[in-house]
Amino acid sequence: MKRAFRIIAQGVVYCAFAVLVGYFSAAPAYRLLDDGEAQIKLSFAYGGKPVGGCRDRSAAELEALAPNMRKAQVCSRERVPLAIEFELDDKMIYKNVLPPSGIHGDGPSRMYEKFVIGAGEHKVGLRLRTTVRDQGWDYITRRIVRVDAGDNLAIDFDPVAGGFVISGAKGGG
Amino acid sequence: MKALQSVIRTPFMWVEGWLDWAFGPRWNPMYYLGGLGFFYFWIVAVSGLYVYVFFDTGLTEAYESVESLTHSQWYLGGVMRSLHRYASDALVVMMVLHIIREFAFDHYRGPRSFSWITGVPMTWLVIAAGVTGYWLVWDELGQYVAVRSSEWLDWLPIFGEPIARNFMHEGSLDDRFFTLLIFLHIAVPLILLLVMWIHLQRVSYAKWKPARGLALGTLAMLLVLSFVQPAVSHGPANLDRVPLLLDLDWYYLFAYPLVDEWGAGTVWMIAFVGTFALMLMPWLPPRRRRPAAVIDLDNCNGCTRCANDCPFSAITMVPRTDHQPFEQQAKVDPDLCVSCGICVGACPTAMPFRVSSDLVPGIDLPELTARQLRDKIHTLAEKLEGHSRVLIIGCKHGIQSRKLVGDNRVAIDLPCAGMLPPPYIDYVLSKDLADGVAVVGCRAGECQYRLGQEWSEDRFERRRDPNLRKRVPRERLARIWRAPVEWRRALADIEVFQQNLTRLADQSETAGVKLTKRKEPQS
Ligand code: HEM
Ligand code: SF4
Ligand code: SF4
Repeated sequence: MKRAFRIIAQGVVYCAFAVLVGYFSAAPAYRLLDDGEAQIKLSFAYGGKPVGGCRDRSAAELEALAPNMRKAQVCSRERVPLAIEFELDDKMIYKNVLPPSGIHGDGPSRMYEKFVIGAGEHKVGLRLRTTVRDQGWDYITRRIVRVDAGDNLAIDFDPVAGGFVISGAKGGG
Repeated sequence: MKALQSVIRTPFMWVEGWLDWAFGPRWNPMYYLGGLGFFYFWIVAVSGLYVYVFFDTGLTEAYESVESLTHSQWYLGGVMRSLHRYASDALVVMMVLHIIREFAFDHYRGPRSFSWITGVPMTWLVIAAGVTGYWLVWDELGQYVAVRSSEWLDWLPIFGEPIARNFMHEGSLDDRFFTLLIFLHIAVPLILLLVMWIHLQRVSYAKWKPARGLALGTLAMLLVLSFVQPAVSHGPANLDRVPLLLDLDWYYLFAYPLVDEWGAGTVWMIAFVGTFALMLMPWLPPRRRRPAAVIDLDNCNGCTRCANDCPFSAITMVPRTDHQPFEQQAKVDPDLCVSCGICVGACPTAMPFRVSSDLVPGIDLPELTARQLRDKIHTLAEKLEGHSRVLIIGCKHGIQSRKLVGDNRVAIDLPCAGMLPPPYIDYVLSKDLADGVAVVGCRAGECQYRLGQEWSEDRFERRRDPNLRKRVPRERLARIWRAPVEWRRALADIEVFQQNLTRLADQSETAGVKLTKRKEPQS
């Protein structure tokens, strides 16, 4: 009798453990986006134009260099920080100046941001400055996009493809 | 810290006491947490191998191969997949309990910090193995894991191109990622296994295999779970969509919602600080190291018993350095010694009957030498009189002996009950220093020094040398293995023992036989 109780107790312990393991292995469910929400992912890696141009080395400077290093010009390797603005439905939701990467500032500027938006049609406006200047933009994109709930709208930047590349949108202009 | 440990220890002791009743000490899962961890690891390895055979790498193939395994082969492949998942989950549960328990029972300082420190990277490896596993399925959950893991990793300024850009949209994905992942998902567990092995290098007689009954029980449990709730995938991954609702495996993916909530940087901070704090724990707050066991070469005959019984591999047998006609001698590595005295209990030269020579055994504990132990027993025995005189041999880590002493009961505490050389019991009884000896120590799986209870029982039962001589009347020896929280029951046990001793005395008096010598006034 006592043995039976003990075996039942063992069964209870095993069951409790199985329930513990089984439950949290797939529950409680986790909600990433609410119903009716979608996401925009804006990310790119792009190197702007060099900050300064090149300048001629003076004779004295040339003299100081090893013979095989005597190039007539020094060029700045540093790239210009990229200015970016992102408007959604005519509201500025992201605005930044992205410094170049690398210790010499000669690497591409990078960004990666996510935005939660409502499903439906949106006006997307993107502006990017990749050259040395205070005003104006080198790339401007304006589009109407339509997203369903749970869509991921990815915006990348690829100058070869003409600037900002929007993928994952349904229709729009 | 001490208070925290004791707060956690108490519920552990109650639960373990109850499990002792239900499972018996040999099957008590709480005593085999690490061993169960190993067992789950093997289940994961075997089931993983099976699943791997049917797994295809590739953007769509991965998902499809797992789906077909789950559904068209539910009776075997599906079960294997479920076992793979649930044993992994059980491994995390065991690991967490194991960490908490080793902390609560103060098993992580001094020489034992080795196991603790090697345990810390194991937490990372276990999680990494699980995460790469979920990634491989390439369903919506895998997608979430991929995106969030890479966003999290990208926070560290070590990767040039952000990894997360590989998961921008459907078009940006590359098959090669799967090759890398499958490599990681195999390599990480292999490294884990290596570290698990290192983890046990300083633990002798490590319980890395649960008793068969326990192993079968938990395997059966996992099998039942696999049939009742088979592991399934979410919908296929689609990077142009964000999964709205995910059935997370919280054992492995608990950190991901935190990344969503608090950001990658904060979670990195928590992870770093947490890991660092764990690593630091063996040194906080500093505790006095007790002096290690010392060898007395003149008395060591090289029998190897101490080396065999030391729970922490602190003793090695080395070639003889003196001129005695033995091949070996014992050598203690003070850095590994936890000063439990179990070796003294093993040494045949810890012989209280010795009169011709001084009582110096081959191995001795400076804080309580074999000689001091004998002297103390004599002093304490003076206080006893009558027919129910009990000498309690207690343990510093067990029940506080002040709760047990009283009416004709005196107690002496050893660092571990396993330190008592069995001849001392013979000595006390045959010299009539007491009517009975009660050895009171911790329960089998709760011994502070792991093996004290086991070796004591083996020695009393004559399964292990030095054993308790046959001539010792067993009814005059009480072996009480109880947790500190059970001190009332231990006290009751001793009182019953005393009643029995009185009855024994009455019986022998009515029979006119003088079984034991009465204490005579010192002349
Ligand atoms: C996969 C995970 C792990 C497994 C399979 C495992 C397994 C084991 C095993 C089998 C033992 C020997 C137990 C005995 O014979 O008494 C042990 C001891 C130990 N483990 Fe683990 N362990 C794991 C993780 C950890 C972690 C994460 C920590 C701490 C951060 C840890 C800390 C310890 C300590 C301190 C001991 C020494 C106990 C002693 O000296 O008595 N372990 N482990
Ligand atoms: S005191 Fe304990 S740890 Fe130290 S050598 Fe003896 S048995 Fe080993
Ligand atoms: S048990 Fe004693 S005699 Fe035997 S090797 Fe160890 S110290 Fe020497």
